[in-house]
Amino acid sequence: MSFTTIIDGLSLGAIYALIALGYTMVYGIAKMLNFAHGDIIMVGAYAIYSTLLLLDLPVLAIAVAVVVCIALGVVVEKLAYRPLRGASPLAVLITAIGVSYFLQSVAQLIFGAKSLPVSVMEPNTIHLGDFMTISVSTIITLAVGSAIMVGLTVFIKKSRIGRAMIAVSEDRSAAQLMGVNVNLIITLTFAIGSALAAVASLFYLMQIPSTSPTLGSMPGIKAFTAAVIGGIGSVPGAMLGGILLGLVEKICLSIEVIAPYTTAIEFSLLVLILMVRPTGILGKQIKEKV
Amino acid sequence: MKKTKLKELYKLKTYSNYILLAAALIVFTVLELSGGLRRSHAHLMAVIGFSVILAVSLNLVVGFLGELSLGHAGFMCVGAYIGGLLAKQLTASMGNQTLALIISMIAGGLAAALFGFIVGLPALRLKGDYLAIVTLAFGEIVRNLFKNLPWFGGAMGLSTESYGTKLFIIAFIVAIIMIALMQNLIHSKHGRAITAIRDNEIAARAMGINVTFYKLFVFVFAAFFAGIAGVIYSAYATPVLYSYFSFNYSIEILVMVVLGGMGSITGSILAAALISVLNFVLQSNLSGDLAALKYLVYALILMFVVIFGNAPALKPIRDKLNLHNLKVKIFALFRKKQDPDVVLSDSAGWDAIPTKIPMDSVLSTDVVPSESSTLSPDPRKEDSTDGK
Repeated sequence: MSFTTIIDGLSLGAIYALIALGYTMVYGIAKMLNFAHGDIIMVGAYAIYSTLLLLDLPVLAIAVAVVVCIALGVVVEKLAYRPLRGASPLAVLITAIGVSYFLQSVAQLIFGAKSLPVSVMEPNTIHLGDFMTISVSTIITLAVGSAIMVGLTVFIKKSRIGRAMIAVSEDRSAAQLMGVNVNLIITLTFAIGSALAAVASLFYLMQIPSTSPTLGSMPGIKAFTAAVIGGIGSVPGAMLGGILLGLVEKICLSIEVIAPYTTAIEFSLLVLILMVRPTGILGKQIKEKV
Repeated sequence: MKKTKLKELYKLKTYSNYILLAAALIVFTVLELSGGLRRSHAHLMAVIGFSVILAVSLNLVVGFLGELSLGHAGFMCVGAYIGGLLAKQLTASMGNQTLALIISMIAGGLAAALFGFIVGLPALRLKGDYLAIVTLAFGEIVRNLFKNLPWFGGAMGLSTESYGTKLFIIAFIVAIIMIALMQNLIHSKHGRAITAIRDNEIAARAMGINVTFYKLFVFVFAAFFAGIAGVIYSAYATPVLYSYFSFNYSIEILVMVVLGGMGSITGSILAAALISVLNFVLQSNLSGDLAALKYLVYALILMFVVIFGNAPALKPIRDKLNLHNLKVKIFALFRKKQDPDVVLSDSAGWDAIPTKIPMDSVLSTDVVPSESSTLSPDPRKEDSTDGK
C-alpha cells in the first residue's frame, strides 16, 4: 500500500462524497431516497461531452453541465416527486427508480448504448521525489472537492437558507409555522444536490474518460452506500462515508489477491457497519415511540 | 346464509389463481405434445413460469411483510449457479434429466434460503430504507462472488444443461405448488401475523407476535422460491451469466409486483406474465439502440401507475375509477340484495400500500379536547355550594 494509493483513494472518496451529499441532503430534507441521483451524474457527463463536441472549452462544459443538472433536478422534483409528497415512502422510492430508468433510456436513445470518449484534460502527472507519481486530475479533484465540502458545511451552518434547511429536516411542519417556505427549500436542496452531481461527473470523467448511459448507476449505488455508511441525512456523515469507501476501494484494488472481490468487500462493509450501528456512523438513533 | 356466501366468494377467489395457471399449463402442454407450439413460444412460457415464481415470492416480502427488498435477483443468482452446477453433475451421473433438475431445484432453493436467512439477520435490526440498501448490497455481493469464485466459470459464465422446450411444464407445476403454499400461509394465523407486522410493527409486537421469527421466515420462504426460479432459469439459459442478475433485474421483478398490486397474488401472476410477454415482443421487434425503448416504456408505466395510485391530490379520481369498487358494484348487480359486508379481503388496492401509521399524530389528535376540560369550572366546588 503506497502513498499514491491513499491519495487516489482520497480523490475517489471525494467524488463519492460529492455524490453522497446529494443523496443525504435530499434524504434529510425531503425524507426520500432519490434513486435517480446517479443518473443525474450521467446526464452531466453527456452535457460535458456535447459541449466539448461543439466548443473545446472545459470551463464552459462544466458550467453547462451544472446548469443542465440543476434544471433536470428541479424539473424531476416538480413533476415526479412533488405529487407524491405525503404518500408512502415506498411509492416515492419506486417512482425514483422509474425516473432513473427513464433518464437512462432517453440517454441511450439519443446517444446510443456505446460508450463515447470524452477528454476533459490531458493526463499529466507530477513526480514527487523518486517514488511518488500523482496525476494532476487527482490533485484537482481532491482540492476542489474539499473546497466544495467546506463551503457547503459553512453554507448550511451559517446562511439563512442553510439554517432553514436544517429546520425543515428536523421538523417540517414546525419550520413551516415559523415562516420557512418548505417547497422552496426542497427545490433548492434538489438544485444543490444536482449541482454537486454535475461537479462529480466532471471529476469522474477526469478519471475514466468515457461516458455511457449506465455511467451513473454504479457510482450512484456506491455513493448511496457511502451515504448510508456515514448515516443518511447527515452531511458530515456523507463526507466521511464517501472518503472511507473511496479509500477501501482503492486499497482493495491495489492488493492483487482481493482485487476481484472489491465490490463484495465494499458492500460487506456496509452490512457490517449497519449491523453494529443501524443508522450509520454519524446517523441519529431514532427511538421508537408508541 | 351470509357466511356461506362469503365462503363461496373466498373459495372462488382462492381457486381463481390455480384455475388460471392450470388452464394455461394444460392448454400449452397439449399444444406442445401435439407439436403445435413454436420453440420460441415454449421458451417464453418457461420465462413466464419462473417470472411468476419470482414475482409472487417477492410479493410476500414487499406486499405482505411490507419490507422493500431490492436484491431478489441475488437469491435467484444463488439458485441458478448452485442448482445449475448440480444439475449438470447429476445429469451426467444419473442420466435422468428431470429427476436431476428436481433434486437440484431443491438444493438450489435450500442454498438460496440459507442466504435468505443471512440477509434476514441484519433485517431484524434495520428499518425501511436501510433494509432496502442491505438487500441491494447483498445482490451485488452475491453477483461479485459468483463472478470470481473459481468453480463457476468466471466472467464467461457457467455452462449448464439445457432442458429443452418442456421446461415450462415443470416451471408451472412449481408455480402452482408455491401459490398453494402461499395462499394457505396468508389465510392462516401466521399470514395474519405477517400482515399485522406490515401494518404496525410495534402494535404487532405488543400483541405477542414473534416479529423476529416471522421476518426471518418470510425472507427464507421468498429466498427459497427465488432460488428455485434461479434453477429453472439455469435450465432455460446457458451459460448462466452473473450480469443477468443485476440490480436492474431485481427492479424488473419489483415492477411486476408493483404493477400487479402489492399484496395481490393474482395481480403478481398477471403482471409477471404481461411483462414477460412484453419483453419477448419488444426484444424480438426492437434491435440495437431502440432496445432502450423497452426501458422507456417500463419507466413510464412505473411512474404513471405509482403517481396515479398514490398522489394525495388524485384521490377523488382514484375513488371514481377504483376497480375494486367496480367489481363490488358488478357483483351487486347479480345479487338480489346488496350485501355491504362482503369485502374481498386480500385484494389490497393501491390505498393499501404498506405504510407505517404515524402513531404520534394519531395520539396527539386525541389529546386535544382534554385541554378544554381543565378550563371548565371544577364540579366539586358546585357540589360543595349546593351542600350549604
